[in-house]
Amino acid sequence: MKRFILPFVFLAGLVTLLAAGLGLNPREVPSPLIGKPVPEFTLPTLADPEFRVSDRDLKGQPYLFNVWASWCPTCYQEHPLLMQLAERGVNIVGLNIEDERADAIAVLEKGGDPYRVVLVDYDGRSRIDWGVIATPETFLVDANGVIQYKHTGAITWQDWAEVIAPKYQQLLTGAPRG
Amino acid sequence: MFIEVGHFAVVLAFALSIVASTIPLWGAHKADARLMALAVPAVRGQFVLIAVGFAALVAAFIDNDFSVLYVAENSNTALPFAYRIAAVWGAHEGSLLLWVLILAGWALAVSIFSQSLPVVMKTRVLALLSWVTLGFLSFLLFTSNPFERLIPAALEGRDLNPLLQDPALVIHPPMLYMGYVGFSVAWAFAVAALLGGTLDSTWARWSRPWTTVAWLFLTIGISLGSWWAYYELGWGGWWFWDPVENASFMPWLMGTALIHSLAVTEKRATFKNWTVLLAIFTFSLSLLGTFLVRSGVLVSVHAFATDPERGAWILAMMTIFVSVGLFLYAWRAPYITSVGKFNWLSRESLLLVNNVLLVVAAITVLTGTLYPIALDWLKVGKISVGPPYFNATFVPLMLPLMLAMGFGVASRWKRDSRQLLNRLAVASAVAAALGLLFNLVVVENNSVLIAVSVFLAFWVLVTAAREPIQRIRSKGSVAAGIKSLPLHLHGMVVAHIGLAITALGIAVTSADSAMADEVIKRGNSATVGGYEFQFMNIEEVAGPNYDATRASIKVNQGREHVAWLYPEKRIYRVQTSPMTEAGIDAGFTRDVYISLGEPVGNDSWSFRMQVKPLVRWIWLGTIFMAIGGLLAVCDPRYRRQAKRKAA
Repeated sequence: MKRFILPFVFLAGLVTLLAAGLGLNPREVPSPLIGKPVPEFTLPTLADPEFRVSDRDLKGQPYLFNVWASWCPTCYQEHPLLMQLAERGVNIVGLNIEDERADAIAVLEKGGDPYRVVLVDYDGRSRIDWGVIATPETFLVDANGVIQYKHTGAITWQDWAEVIAPKYQQLLTGAPRG
Repeated sequence: MFIEVGHFAVVLAFALSIVASTIPLWGAHKADARLMALAVPAVRGQFVLIAVGFAALVAAFIDNDFSVLYVAENSNTALPFAYRIAAVWGAHEGSLLLWVLILAGWALAVSIFSQSLPVVMKTRVLALLSWVTLGFLSFLLFTSNPFERLIPAALEGRDLNPLLQDPALVIHPPMLYMGYVGFSVAWAFAVAALLGGTLDSTWARWSRPWTTVAWLFLTIGISLGSWWAYYELGWGGWWFWDPVENASFMPWLMGTALIHSLAVTEKRATFKNWTVLLAIFTFSLSLLGTFLVRSGVLVSVHAFATDPERGAWILAMMTIFVSVGLFLYAWRAPYITSVGKFNWLSRESLLLVNNVLLVVAAITVLTGTLYPIALDWLKVGKISVGPPYFNATFVPLMLPLMLAMGFGVASRWKRDSRQLLNRLAVASAVAAALGLLFNLVVVENNSVLIAVSVFLAFWVLVTAAREPIQRIRSKGSVAAGIKSLPLHLHGMVVAHIGLAITALGIAVTSADSAMADEVIKRGNSATVGGYEFQFMNIEEVAGPNYDATRASIKVNQGREHVAWLYPEKRIYRVQTSPMTEAGIDAGFTRDVYISLGEPVGNDSWSFRMQVKPLVRWIWLGTIFMAIGGLLAVCDPRYRRQAKRKAA
C-alpha cells in the first residue's frame, strides 16, 4: 500500500513548495550595497554640465537616489509619485543614465522636476558602481551616506506607504540637525 | 455590444460545464442512460458557447474596440491585421480563453470520434473533461476576464508586445496549448478507467491516439518556440533552459514516456499501474507548466504579467485534479494485476529503461526549475539555475536512452536472447561506419561527448531504418515492403529518424558554431568561421508600427558571393522597446547569422556574427517526429478495432 501513498507525499511537497513560492518575489534581488557607504562619485549635473557634485556633498541628510532615463517608460509611470513626494519635502537626488541631455531636460520640463539635483552618468561607470540592472531603481541613503534600502522598478504608493516611508521617517528623526 | 454577447456566452458555458461535469457522472454511477445522454450535447454546447466568446474577442480586436480593456492593452490601430488576431492570445486573459476553447475543442473531438466507446466510459471521459473546463472557466471569469470594459474608452491601444509580433509566435501558443490541453484527455481516460475499475488494454488502445495527437502538437509547439527564440532574440541560441521552456519540455518528456508505456499496456497488458500514473503525471506537469508561466514564482524572459492570486487558483486546480487522479489510483491500483510476464531482455524491459530515463530526465528538469524557489523559500539565497546544470544532468540521460532505443526497436516482446545482438550485427556495423565517416568528415572540433553522440544518433537512425528495409528485402519490392509495414510502425520509424536528425543537429551545432562580436566601420569587413561579412551600408527604415535601423551586409565565402543580410534594430513606437531582427542566411548545412549591435561612433557599429552548422537539423528532426506521430494516429488499426467492438 505504501507505494501508492508515495505519489501523494510527492504532490504534497510540491504544492507546499509552490504555495510558498507564491509569497516570494523573485524580482526582489537584495543589493549587496545595503549597509555599505555609497560608491564614491563626482558627477556633472544635468542643469549645468560644468558643475560637479560628489558623494560627500550629499551627506548631512537622508535622500532617495533615483536612477532614471528619458527612454524608460516605467520611469514615466513613477514620475507623478516622485513629484508628489517632492512636494511633501522628500529629498530626492536623480541619476540620469545612458541618455541624451536634451531628452532628459525635456522630460523634466514637461512632467515637472522632483529632484533636488540630477546627476548625469553618460559613460555608465557610476551606474556599474551602483549595480543598476534596470531603470528605475531607487536607493534610500542615510545622512552619513550609507545605503539603507534598494527598490527595483517603479515605486507604487503601496511600496512608499508600507516600506519606504517608514524607513525614511526613521532616518529623518535620527539625522543630525543642521 | 458584441463583447457582452461573448461574455454572456462564456458565462453560459460555465453554467453548462457545471451540468456536464456532474449529472452525467451521476448517471454513469447509477447506470441511468437518460442522465448519461446529457454528456454529449452538453460538451458540444460548451464548445459552441466558448467559440462565440472567442469570436467576440477576435471581433473586438479586428474593430480596434479600445473600450475593451484587454484590447486597449494589447493592440493598436497601427498593428498589422494578422497580428491583431494573434494579439487575442498575446497576453494572459486572451490566451487563457484560447486555452479553454482548445480544451472544449478536444472534448468536442472526443464526443465525435468515440462513437464506439462504451457509453459509460465515454460519459465519464466527457464529464471529467468538463471538470477541467469548469475549473479553467471559473479561473477565467473570476480572475482573468478578457471581456472587461474600459470606460471611458481609450483613444489608442498600448500595442502588442513587440517580441510577439512575429509569424512563429502567431502559431506557437495555439500549438503548445493543443499539446498541453490534449494531455487532459489522457488524464480523463486514465481517471475514467480508474473510476470504472476497467484498466485493461482496451483502455490503452482508446487513449493512445489522443495522447499521440497531444504529443505531436506539443512537439511542434516547443520546436516553434525554439526556432522563434533563435531568430528573434538575436543571440543565436536555440534553447536556453529558461523556466518557461522547461515548463513545456517537462510534459513533453513525461508524455513521450507515456506514449511508449501505453504501447506496452495495449500490446502486452502489462505496466498498467505505471501507465495510469504516467497519464496523471503528464497532465500534472502541463498544469504545473501553466502555473509556472502565469503565477510569477519564477523570473523568465517571457512569463506573463504576474499575479499571486492567479497562481493560487492554478495551484488549487492542479492540486484537485492531481489528487483526484492519485486518490483513485491509490484506491484501485492494488487490485489491478498486470498479466503479461516478460524476461529481463525483451521489448518490455527496454521500454521500461526508456520510461525510467525519460521520467528521470523530467524530474531533473523539474528539480533545476524549482530549485531557485526552494532556496529562496529557505532564505538560503537568490540563485538562478542555468544551462551548466541542465547540460551536465540532462545530456548523460539522453545518451543511454538513444542506446536503448536501437535495441528496443529490434527486440521481441516477452523474451529475447543473444539473437538480438546477431540481428543487429549488420545494423551496428553500418551505424559505426556512418558515424565514423560523419565524425571525420563533418565534425571539426570533436570531443568524446560529441563523437559518442554522433555514433548514437546513427545507431538510432540505422536501427529505425532497418525495420522498413527488412520488409522491402523480404517482399522483394520497395512498394510491397513499405505497404506491408503497418502505419503505426512507419510512424515509429519516422519519429525515431527525426530524433536522430535533431541529435545530429545539436551535436554539430554545439561543437562547430563560430561566433564573434566585432566593431566594423562602414565599408570594412570581418571574417568569422570562413565567412567574410562586409558592412556596406546603414539606413533608417519605417515599418507599419516601428522605426528601424537596418544594416546591409554582404556575405562572401572566399571569392564567392553568398548572400545579402539585413539585420535590424527596431524601436516599436508605442511601447518604445528596442528589438533586434537578426539577418540570417538559412541553409541545410549551415546558417549564417548576424545581429546588429550598437553604434560606437565614427561610422562604426558593433555586430555579432555567427556561423552555425546543421542548426536547421534541430527543427527538421522535430518535423519528422511530428509526422511520425501523425502516421501512428492515422493507423486504421484504431478504427478497425473500434468497429469490431461496435459490431
